[in-house]
Amino acid sequence: MLPAYYYLILSAALFVIGALGVLIRRNPIIMFMSIELMLNAANLAFITFSRYQRTLDGHIFVFIILTVAAAEVAVGLGIIVSIFRLSGDINIDDLNSMKG
Amino acid sequence: MLTELIIFIILGVVSVGTAVAVVLSKNPIYAVLLLVVNFFTLAMFYLVLSAQFIAFIQVLIYAGAIMVLFLFAVMLLNMTGAIEDVRDELPAQKWLAVIFGMVLLLLAAAALLTGAFKTVPKGGPLPVNFGTSAPIGRLLYTDYLLPFEATSILLLIAMVGSIVLAKRRR
Repeated sequence: MLPAYYYLILSAALFVIGALGVLIRRNPIIMFMSIELMLNAANLAFITFSRYQRTLDGHIFVFIILTVAAAEVAVGLGIIVSIFRLSGDINIDDLNSMKG
Repeated sequence: MLTELIIFIILGVVSVGTAVAVVLSKNPIYAVLLLVVNFFTLAMFYLVLSAQFIAFIQVLIYAGAIMVLFLFAVMLLNMTGAIEDVRDELPAQKWLAVIFGMVLLLLAAAALLTGAFKTVPKGGPLPVNFGTSAPIGRLLYTDYLLPFEATSILLLIAMVGSIVLAKRRR
């Protein structure tokens, strides 16, 4: 069996790629996909720890994260579509009407 | 050991490559399809780590349901062209993001390589049926009953919220 840090470093790399995607891109759909990348990186870390500790608790956490991701995508894409209907444009820099 | 290393390297290269391509791609449809490939490689990792049920759920929910939602949104908004980088209000953010991202990666790698995770795991067999649906379901309905019920409330809220958002105003 490979040492655990192989999988953990891969998970960290995927997380950093997702974080960079959120910071660099201006397309809200790509930003959403980067958030999904980060959630999946966390899932990989959970499964790795679960395997190496030989308990099933990490699997439960992954299950709940999956549910949260599904709910987040449904609501978030609904918000993006309704913004697009209202303004016809979804550049993320223009969405500052809630700015204080 | 050697076969597992070879599998890890192949899957890891595909996984990181598709993740980078998702972040850099100009066309959102290509990004969605590359992300599906990335989710499949993660499901393979889960299989290697003997989490069969989670691997199946990953393919079913992430690569199936969630990515279909993304494809719907991309096609509904007709975003096949490049909508961005017409103007950049914060040009310094990209370079700062890359620099701090590298710092974050180095910190995480240093913490993992010098910490307690470096030890090779103890041998020994897994419990019977590890990672199949029966023990996960038993755990979910006994020890984790409260988070499970909270999840149902979350799903209800998300359902109501997306209906309210999708309703056309008069």
